[in-house]
Amino acid sequence: MGDTFIQSIPLDYFIILSSVLFCLGVLGVLLRKNAIVILGCVELMLNSANLLLAAFSAYKGNGDGQLLVFFIMVVAAAEVAVGLAIIAMLYRNTRSVDVSIFNKLRG
Amino acid sequence: MENLVYAIILLPLLGFLINGLFGKNLPKMLVGGLATAMVFGSFCIAVGIFMNFNSESQPIIVKAFEWFRVNGVQINFGFQIDQLSLMMIMIITGIGSLIHLYSIGYMSHDKGFYKFFTYLNLFIFSMLLLVMGSNYLILFIGWEGVGLCSYLLIGFWYTNEEYGKAARKAFIMNRIGDLALLIGIFMIASQTNAIDYLSVAENASKFELDGTVIIFITASLFIGATGKSAQVPLYTWLPDAMAGPTPVSALIHAATMVTAGIYLVVRSNFLFTLAPTVQGGILLIGFLTAALAGFYALRQNDIKKVLAYSTVSQLGFMFIALGLGAYSTAMFHVMTHAFFKALLFLGAGSVIHAVSGEQDMRFMGGLKKYIPVTHATFLIGTLAISGFPFLSGMISKDEILVAAFAKNPIYWVMLFILAAITATYMFRLYYLTFHGEFRGTEEQKHHLHESPSNMTLPLIVLAVFSVIGGFINLPHFIGHGHYAKLMEWLKPVLTEESFKQMEATLSGVDFTTEMILLGLTVLMFFSVWFIVKNTYVNKKKMAVAEENYTGWEKLSAKKLYVDELYNALIVKTVEGLGRGGKMFDKGVLDRFVDFVGEGAEDSGKSMKRIQNGNVETYILIMSLAVGIILIVNFILQ
Amino acid sequence: MDQFLFFLVAFLAVASAVYFVFARNPLYAILSLIVTMFSIAGMYILLNAQFLAIIQIIVYAGAIMVLFLYILMMLNLNKADESKKNNTLKFVGVFTAGLVLIGILGVFRGVREKHIVLENVDRGVGLTKNLGRLLFNEYVLPFELASILILAGIVGAVLIGKKDL
Repeated sequence: MGDTFIQSIPLDYFIILSSVLFCLGVLGVLLRKNAIVILGCVELMLNSANLLLAAFSAYKGNGDGQLLVFFIMVVAAAEVAVGLAIIAMLYRNTRSVDVSIFNKLRG
Repeated sequence: MENLVYAIILLPLLGFLINGLFGKNLPKMLVGGLATAMVFGSFCIAVGIFMNFNSESQPIIVKAFEWFRVNGVQINFGFQIDQLSLMMIMIITGIGSLIHLYSIGYMSHDKGFYKFFTYLNLFIFSMLLLVMGSNYLILFIGWEGVGLCSYLLIGFWYTNEEYGKAARKAFIMNRIGDLALLIGIFMIASQTNAIDYLSVAENASKFELDGTVIIFITASLFIGATGKSAQVPLYTWLPDAMAGPTPVSALIHAATMVTAGIYLVVRSNFLFTLAPTVQGGILLIGFLTAALAGFYALRQNDIKKVLAYSTVSQLGFMFIALGLGAYSTAMFHVMTHAFFKALLFLGAGSVIHAVSGEQDMRFMGGLKKYIPVTHATFLIGTLAISGFPFLSGMISKDEILVAAFAKNPIYWVMLFILAAITATYMFRLYYLTFHGEFRGTEEQKHHLHESPSNMTLPLIVLAVFSVIGGFINLPHFIGHGHYAKLMEWLKPVLTEESFKQMEATLSGVDFTTEMILLGLTVLMFFSVWFIVKNTYVNKKKMAVAEENYTGWEKLSAKKLYVDELYNALIVKTVEGLGRGGKMFDKGVLDRFVDFVGEGAEDSGKSMKRIQNGNVETYILIMSLAVGIILIVNFILQ
Repeated sequence: MDQFLFFLVAFLAVASAVYFVFARNPLYAILSLIVTMFSIAGMYILLNAQFLAIIQIIVYAGAIMVLFLYILMMLNLNKADESKKNNTLKFVGVFTAGLVLIGILGVFRGVREKHIVLENVDRGVGLTKNLGRLLFNEYVLPFELASILILAGIVGAVLIGKKDL
């Protein structure tokens, strides 16, 4: 299946798909107020980048891209762990995960 | 030979450094002795060089190092020892060492003993630099240096504000002259592409006679000389400078610093001979100064003030000589004046020492039996300055009179009157101080005593020189100029032109006329002596307080209100400018600076509002920025 | 056939992403995000990136998403109680996202060939054996560093979560 697949789907489609997912992620970050959902949107953005990387790697026959995806996943995992721990702390202190409440860093 | 030259100038500098750095911890005798020895050492070396010099000798140029080059003008730091500078060096170090010796006694009770000798040595060093320099720039350095030392020494007792003011007055008036001198030097440098004396002398011939350029240069140099040598209008600092200790007045304001102006003009004779207009101006200023100062001296009550005005007047005489083109005569009078004026000042110091600090002549009198040595030497000094026959003062003054007559008999008449005035105020001084009854307090009477030997010895030495000093340059008519040793000695320093002019002037009067003139002068001298003696001793005329004089006497005592005039015209104006400047600084500059500061503060405050702590806005702005960058990239592709 | 498969999976991915962004209830949002993860894994399979597909399912859908759900449940946030957002901010947000989209799609400007299909491409890239060989030969250092990174993440998370430091 790999043979014909690559020959029938132009790479452009992957670029468009990835871009759409990315922008949906950006939209989510800007529109939502729930901290956990915002973190999830960040994950969505990372995934779209991963997809694009993997697509390019497959189309070029170079394994480096897919390896980079691997590392990105590692980083994303660590980041989510720490991020959620922070959100849990915030909730513990303010009983809410609404980002508009966290405005103590005023100038 | 070069090392000797360096030694002359470096010995006083060494004394200055040692006394300045360590003087506080050294015993007084050592400080004073060291300073005196340094100056005396320079004197001995100078005499040694003098022995090997004659009127034919070439100038010794010692180049220390190449200093800098500006616009094609090469300026070196070096010394020039020729007949003129050698003469000045011997006067400066000779009289200087005597005054150093005197100061050991005079200042022995002063707390700032070591400081005094430090400043004195520094002064000798600067003055030597002035006369030994090989170009105008080094002269200027010495010029400034002596101005500085004058300030330091006049205001030596700095706790008294009046003395400080006097010191400042001297310095500032000097400064005005210095500016003119500097401009003159600049002009010389630009016109002749050199500033050392030998080169300028060579190039001087290309100036047109009495042209604008040469008039400008010589006028600037002369104004500079006016400031330093206290001529009209920059003379009012010298009487006020009597605020300093008496040895300072003797050294600086009688024998050395004030003669720097004369030295400058004689050194630049190649320039002045080319500008007869300026020479006429010098003559005019000289007469004016001599007349005014003599007038003031007639009714002053302070013993030092009389001598100060006498100095100004005698300097006027020297400038008259310069104006007549009689350069060696002026230098001759410099020398004799140094002898008897230093003697008079030191004698006055001895008198003041005896009456426990009193300087007003109204409270002196009858001192001749209490301080005999001082009295004798002071009398000799008075006779010398007034023109007692065969004393040095008479011979040098007579030469000026002859030169004046040769130019124009009217000048002789004016100068004759001025000489009479000189004799008058000097004898008044003498009689009020030493004759009659003592008019001071009982306590002062108890303390009347002769000064110690380290003060009387210099007096005696100077008295001897005041008597015999005139014989080195007898008038022209005696032996047809054969005995005019000084004029012959200074011949190499003057240009051909100058020398011919001078010789013509001095020998322009024939034997008979000169004898008549001489006779008249001597007659005048004895008449004045008799009249003044009569007034003050027999008729017992008294000096009164300044305010109680009337008529012309009041004008004399109040110095024609010139000081008050200067104060109103100039000092108040400058102070007004200062106040205006202060207002400008506060009102405009400070406000501007504050404005800038406040502007920064306000813009910061408005910028602060962006940081509202809202996470949403932060994210939004970040993303917006990214989007814009991408779009811009997209467009610019 | 391939095109149909591609569009199916793509549509699934986009649809669930849209629902995730706009869902009121955070629980439903996370659940739809899980669907997105799975569809992306499907994409990987279509690209013959087998290793990545499995890793995606195990790590992302299996661990990260579960962590999300865990936090959600623990903080008891499964009710839809999000406050309203300022209208201006919403508008600007949408505008920004659009801007970013157009900016990214600017890559297509000046691209001549429509189809980027290569002939002599190694189909085997993406197989675990090949990737493994690459990982442990050239990229062994990043690999080790990544493990340290995870260690740091663990320590950090535990430390942040402590009640008293």
